[in-house]
Amino acid sequence: MELFQLSRANDVRDAIASSAASSGALESAQVRFLAGGTTLLDLMKLNVERPGRVIDISRLPLNQVEATADGGVKIGATVRNADLATHPLIRERYAVLSQALLAGASAQLRNMATTGGNLLQRTRCVYFRDTTMPCNKRTPGAGCAAIGGFNRTMAILGVSDACIASNPSDMNVALTALDATIHIEGTKGPRSVPIDAFFLLPGATPQRETVIEAGDLITHVTLPPQPEGSRSLYLKLRDRASYEFALASAAVVVKVVDGRIAHARVALGGVGTKPWHSTEAEAALADATPDAATFARAADAALANAQPQSQNGFKVELARRCLVHALTQATRTD
Amino acid sequence: MQHTASRRDAPANQAVSDRRDSESRSTSPTPPPTMSVELSVNGKTYSLALDPRTTLLDALREHLHLTGTKKGCDHGQCGACTVHVNGRRVNACLSLAGTLEGDEITTIEGIGSVAALHPMQQSFVECDGYQCGYCTSGQIMSAVALLGEPIGPADADVREAMSGNLCRCGAYQNIVTAIQRVREKA
Repeated sequence: MELFQLSRANDVRDAIASSAASSGALESAQVRFLAGGTTLLDLMKLNVERPGRVIDISRLPLNQVEATADGGVKIGATVRNADLATHPLIRERYAVLSQALLAGASAQLRNMATTGGNLLQRTRCVYFRDTTMPCNKRTPGAGCAAIGGFNRTMAILGVSDACIASNPSDMNVALTALDATIHIEGTKGPRSVPIDAFFLLPGATPQRETVIEAGDLITHVTLPPQPEGSRSLYLKLRDRASYEFALASAAVVVKVVDGRIAHARVALGGVGTKPWHSTEAEAALADATPDAATFARAADAALANAQPQSQNGFKVELARRCLVHALTQATRTD
Repeated sequence: MQHTASRRDAPANQAVSDRRDSESRSTSPTPPPTMSVELSVNGKTYSLALDPRTTLLDALREHLHLTGTKKGCDHGQCGACTVHVNGRRVNACLSLAGTLEGDEITTIEGIGSVAALHPMQQSFVECDGYQCGYCTSGQIMSAVALLGEPIGPADADVREAMSGNLCRCGAYQNIVTAIQRVREKA
């Protein structure tokens, strides 16, 4: 780990002013915010992250989960994953989010990791984490060792010639299915970004993962109220039963009225370069009958554009079955 | 041994800082070599001068000589370094000591003594919940925190809640038994 200056931010404005001097928000950023530390410190030890200045934002007053006037919920950026997962409002109204959080990491890490930090969680691509290997995300233009390398865990959706790294978060998948909005405070004032637009596809610039820029601080996330009577579910498939990243996962929110699907949100994890919102699956589900044939069509649509690599072709069928099973469970009537 | 290691580290750190100064970051202020940190551990307050990179784990082991907390992977993957911060279990290897001022830290040395074991320590002894013992303090700190967490009653619930603590010897069954015995008595 390289030497850095450590300071504590007194308030949001102080944090933004301190960070605005950064050369970039993620790529070779000189200033980084530290909340839970479970990603940042890990990557600093590997010299993948090399900030010259680290600003501790863990004490900022952004640690509340509150009901909003529109019937939704407002989640502070420094709310710990464990607290969010067990919060009564989340358990009652947003089961898929609670399930996704509890399916991620370990109890210790969930006690540390925060909402804002989880949104910015970096990929677990082994080549990104190894500074002796070429990686376009870490060093733009260096090349990608994952393409043609050990790519069993890599993404199959949203990939580019420059990067096939998957987004590792479970929380982000659930937030996508819940139509979350990310609220950011920056040097030019506050702004709100729908989660779909918050994450960027790698394209030719995999070093840019989100719309976050130097000086930007995520302050909170809001979730709209979900349709009355809708059911939600997170299903995660992985190499071991606990404490492992997803090979494929699905977050679904479904409402059935009079034997027809009146509302459907579908997001996939473990298979996308960003938390994968499948509008194709949603279109296949819209107004259809909630049965095996419909779910199979939705899953086919979700994976139609999959681009598997040499070792992760199995993810196409795994993700298909994962989504079919999640939809089946979420619409069970017995 | 420890002092030799420290002396050997010092020039290496200096080299890192020199290299940085000669590179693109020459405009940023030279970071101070140490920062003052006040840590509250097991009810005692310690004033330390630490390199900003010092993790809670290294502060405990190398500066306070509380070596009951173990370093396994140093990346939050094994749980050997599990301690409590304000009563919650965390990985000490992924916490910067300099961010923990004002927090109450509890280590394995703070929950019981040889003369008066914590019920969880006693249960691990009675159930043979360890083999080599390297992961044990982390297992016990995790298990003690688990008693106050909302988890189900089954063995499977305990296994899930303890998945962040690896035991390479594979003493898992006896660890679960030890934890369940304490939960049954509570």
